[in-house]
Amino acid sequence: MSNLEIHDLNVWFGRDDDRVDAVKHASFSVPSGASFGLVGESGSGKSTILRALVGLVPTWSGDMKVADQSLTRKRPRAFFKDVQMVFQDPYASLHPRHTVDQVLGETLNLHGFDDINNRIEKLLEDVGLGPAFRFRYPHQLSGGQRQRVAIARALAPQPSVLLLDEPTSALDVSVQAEVLNLLSDLRQERALTYLMVSHNLAVVAHMCSNIAVMQAGKIVEVMGVDDMRAMTPTHPYTRHLLNSSQGYKPSQEQSA
Amino acid sequence: MTTLLDIENLRVTFPTRQGEFEAVRGVSFNLGQERLGIVGESGSGKSMTGRAILRLIRPPGRIEADRLELGGRDMMSMTEREMQSVRGEQISMVMQDPKFSLNPVMRVGEQIIEIYRFHTGASKRAAYAKAIEMLQAVSINDPERVMRAYPHEMSGGMGQRIMIAMMLVTEPKILIADEPTSALDVSVQTQVLSIIDRLVRQRGMGLIFISHDLNLVASFCDRVLIMYAGRIVETCAADKLHEAKHPYTRGLLNSLPRLDHPQDRLQALHRDPNWTLAPSVSGRV
Repeated sequence: MSNLEIHDLNVWFGRDDDRVDAVKHASFSVPSGASFGLVGESGSGKSTILRALVGLVPTWSGDMKVADQSLTRKRPRAFFKDVQMVFQDPYASLHPRHTVDQVLGETLNLHGFDDINNRIEKLLEDVGLGPAFRFRYPHQLSGGQRQRVAIARALAPQPSVLLLDEPTSALDVSVQAEVLNLLSDLRQERALTYLMVSHNLAVVAHMCSNIAVMQAGKIVEVMGVDDMRAMTPTHPYTRHLLNSSQGYKPSQEQSA
Repeated sequence: MTTLLDIENLRVTFPTRQGEFEAVRGVSFNLGQERLGIVGESGSGKSMTGRAILRLIRPPGRIEADRLELGGRDMMSMTEREMQSVRGEQISMVMQDPKFSLNPVMRVGEQIIEIYRFHTGASKRAAYAKAIEMLQAVSINDPERVMRAYPHEMSGGMGQRIMIAMMLVTEPKILIADEPTSALDVSVQTQVLSIIDRLVRQRGMGLIFISHDLNLVASFCDRVLIMYAGRIVETCAADKLHEAKHPYTRGLLNSLPRLDHPQDRLQALHRDPNWTLAPSVSGRV
């Protein structure tokens, strides 16, 4: 089990005149075994926080802690075992010419596991795919099945933290329900800590107990899920997001 | 209600190595001056229906219909040349992602002017004025700058508004919008929808709104067709969508997480093979 702590995180891209500050002074903490959501519009920096945390963006400052260990530019080997990420688009995040077996086998091999054969079968079973899927290529799988493979790959090194970057936004609602149920079950079984990014407020509310709302790189509000369900945000931007998520209202025409 | 479009038993077929595949299997509906929503999952045939109306299915794909009439004119017997005067002039289509439907190497203004002059033969000056007017109509504040810009300089919401301006510049009678807001953020989505709503009302157009978002369709449209496996399984008034009866529609609605109704587990959809076999419900009124 691992908790996450982010303090005064800044992430930027480019330099001098071209510098873009994607995340500004973000701070939040996720207790061990909890599920924390980041919401906001495209470009608000929510995915960038995940990418900085997992080590995909080198230009950051501030303090990031996983299990009370401060992260440095160079991450220790154990870090990659402990923290894994599931990406948004399962069509893009799986190698088109690797079978499911290769995808999972390579991950297990890189992390130095033995008994790979049995582990692959176990992983497939854990994410609700039968052994029949083992030697298929991604193009032979549906979107939901691919996302299950991506989740199995993330679970392969037995992490304690999963970073979920819009895990269901490329999926149909019925498939989304299945994948979200799978993620809830896995979290309970394995006491995982989730940090989840989504633009869908209902999905985040379903999965997370605490939610940070981001706008233009800043966290404008951190709220409990009950406040969100009660529609009692304090920040006007959160209210705006909540209103927009309620479907189309003709009265909004004037404000457009 | 004046019927703009009347469709009976529309089929779209693709030959495959395993035999014929029917993407749309006998869909019937009509469209008046209303906002008609078509919802369904990926692969349900909703986009294919939209494309088939414009006869935009490439061979070897085939379109068949007992009736495909636009304001009383039979579209199935039209020549390709006649279809060109229908596409963009009588019926326009807005696609999901403006990044893929705008020409990346042509300035926005030239693209709008081109379509307007192609269909009306207006002078360049008149076309320019018309393009500016349309861009203003979709709430673009500085139309002169946008006219000179290339599509990559525009944001997603801006691009989609440009698409709408381009599609409405010829004042078509019918607009087919295929997931026009799926690639956009929620707040931009509201803005784009309100523009479509306003223009459709003002001009007395018919709108076919294709979407996978049930809540959006329920709140935006007048009438809804629910498609499954190439057929219409249910039709209802949009504001009654939440009282829908078909188990497929109910299953889709129940699988949505809801802000106002917390639940431990989401209900997964159990598909009944009989849904595929049941004949298509008619969406004609």
